[in-house]
Amino acid sequence: MDCDAFYASVEKRDNPELRDKPVIIGGGRRGVVSTACYVARIRGVRSAMPMFQALKLCPDAVVVRPRMEVYAKISRDIRAMMQDMTPVIEPLSLDEAFMDLRGTETLHKAPPAVMLARLVNRMKDELGLTGSIGLSHNKFLAKIASDLDKPRGFSVIGQADTSRFLQGKPVRMIWGVGHATQEALSRQGIRTFDDLLRWDKEALALKFGTMGERLWSVARGMDVRPVSSSASVKSISNETTFTEDTSDLDLLHGHIWRLAEKVSDRAKAKDMAGRVAVLTVRTQNFKRLSRRVTLRDATQMADTLYHAVAPLLPQVMEQAPFRLIGVGLATLVPVDEAERTSDLLDPQAAKRKAAERAADQIRARFGTDAILKGRSLK
Amino acid sequence: MKLSIERSDLLKAVSQAQSVVERRNTIPILANVLIEAEGETAQFRATDLDIEVVDKTMAQVERAGATTVSAVTLHDIVRKLPDGALVTLTDDPIKGRLTVEAGRSNFSLATLPKEDFPVMATSEYSANFSADAPVLRRLFDKSKFAVSTEETRYYLNGVYMHVADGDGGQVLRCVATDGHRLARIDAPLPDGAETLPGVIVPRKTVGELRKLLDDDDTKIAVSVSETKVRFATPSITLTSKVIDGTFPDYTRVIPQGNTRKMEVDASDFAKAVDRVATVSSERSRAVKLSLDEDRLVLSVNSPDSGAAEEEIAVAYGDERLEIGFNAKYLLEIASQVDRENAVFLFNSSGDPTLMREGNDTSAVYVVMPMRV
Repeated sequence: MDCDAFYASVEKRDNPELRDKPVIIGGGRRGVVSTACYVARIRGVRSAMPMFQALKLCPDAVVVRPRMEVYAKISRDIRAMMQDMTPVIEPLSLDEAFMDLRGTETLHKAPPAVMLARLVNRMKDELGLTGSIGLSHNKFLAKIASDLDKPRGFSVIGQADTSRFLQGKPVRMIWGVGHATQEALSRQGIRTFDDLLRWDKEALALKFGTMGERLWSVARGMDVRPVSSSASVKSISNETTFTEDTSDLDLLHGHIWRLAEKVSDRAKAKDMAGRVAVLTVRTQNFKRLSRRVTLRDATQMADTLYHAVAPLLPQVMEQAPFRLIGVGLATLVPVDEAERTSDLLDPQAAKRKAAERAADQIRARFGTDAILKGRSLK
Repeated sequence: MKLSIERSDLLKAVSQAQSVVERRNTIPILANVLIEAEGETAQFRATDLDIEVVDKTMAQVERAGATTVSAVTLHDIVRKLPDGALVTLTDDPIKGRLTVEAGRSNFSLATLPKEDFPVMATSEYSANFSADAPVLRRLFDKSKFAVSTEETRYYLNGVYMHVADGDGGQVLRCVATDGHRLARIDAPLPDGAETLPGVIVPRKTVGELRKLLDDDDTKIAVSVSETKVRFATPSITLTSKVIDGTFPDYTRVIPQGNTRKMEVDASDFAKAVDRVATVSSERSRAVKLSLDEDRLVLSVNSPDSGAAEEEIAVAYGDERLEIGFNAKYLLEIASQVDRENAVFLFNSSGDPTLMREGNDTSAVYVVMPMRV
């Protein structure tokens, strides 16, 4: 199941005035489009497009800043509806998930196709949102099917239809085949699934490694990866794109703090902590640099994360100015394994942590902007 | 240059050199050892620009001169030569080759010009004193385990050597900490050390220094300035930059008011900690100490891997106490104890714990507890 223009649809639902207008969800002038509604898509706006380009294509678009907490809440509601159908759910993002429906027919006394139709009806009735369904015998095909006739799509690729369906289709349909792989394939004369079928497994593996083996399988409509509900989050990160490229240390530190707070909020919501702190920047020529440090003790506190990430900034400053900065926590562990030993040399740490917990409680009651660190206002 | 030297003398000199040279170096000359022959001595010099080691040894010099050659390769060759062999090193500056001959073995190694070799600038030392090898060995061996590896706190990446006020007057003191544990080791202040400026001796230097201290009878000449430290035996001179930073005020973090005293046989304690820690999870390594009158129960309870418990007899007369520690930290401090008894002084389960050997305050350790 894949929601249709999820963030934009939520905004339109909550603000009927936006219904017929082109709506773009994303950050400021120099940000990137995270979702465009279908009206905006007709004008050529796409996800991940730089905002200035989107606004050139569609100057009358209404740009709305994402309200992640709202989307997360709705995502949980949808997840709950899926739970009524099957326990084996693998979320790909807030608005997209694989479900393994094998064996559920006996339980629900209805085949998966019927259950999925009921799911999208429930989403429409209870949440006012639409989604597209792709039903097939593996993840690779289900994902393709869900994109086939969006929005409000419902596509089925059965075992018997598979090879006929893939005939003549371009390899870029394969999830994970991006521009670089497409180019490499095309140099070998591979553009469609039919081209792939002419190669044997060993030759593909030799040329493209593990990706080659996967290509061999998917060319035959095969994909053995299970729907895995246990695929836990491996990292939590947030990033921001600047209005103007910057090498201003004060500003960068302000952003690091704000992002550390966001990452920390999400870690706290999940009761997780991370053992590795990560700083990411993107340079003017779109090169992505990242620096990481392993913490002695896993943490979920914004203060600790900030103090771990801030010293990494000088390591990349040579490549400044930056157009984007990001902060993350990786190698996640449950929170009861975090911050178990305090620091002899930093006796103030306990007080700062207590202050952060108190601030969290204030935010929970009075809203996220109720209390801020001066640092984040820069 | 042409010289002949006993294999064992050569091995000793080049093994010290090859451990100093930086292996991942991008400057080729820094991978080399500078060999200088003059009179009746051969001198081997190696540097990574932060540390320089010079080893002077007796040799039969046929032709004076100097050249540089890969320290690691030369070491590997000499290591594999038979013991007792006489090794002849001959330099051909025109071909840029050094010939290594021993018995029927013959090697030819690429050289780099001696002029390119960076020699560490000499400096004025503000304190010069002499110390017995066992004294320095104790100061550094007992403190180095606590040195931090965190690059962001570079000023903790070494042992802080300075003059301090000890119980019976001024002492020569070494302190190391990584924020979770701390070691503070004192020795009587040697003559001439009064003017010693406090310096942070880098971890790698401490490792190199250790090789100079094996012989109990050696006297080490120590020279210290604000930026450099030098340790010298009659044959080896180790010069190192010190860490440019301020060591934190450690005196504030050594607990003064810990009154709950536990006395335990150090080796029994270490063995018991080691045994119960076997089942602790890889990530946390937490061990719980439950203290009651003259009784200590060590336990580990990890949901993933299992549980363990062991009771040992201790001297303890205070209230019940439960406190957790990282097993690795406990083992490390317990293994510093030379005499039989380790004395632990606790406050609460959240406060730093102090450990010393008997009533001796010349070696004091602090360890932070762990939430269990």
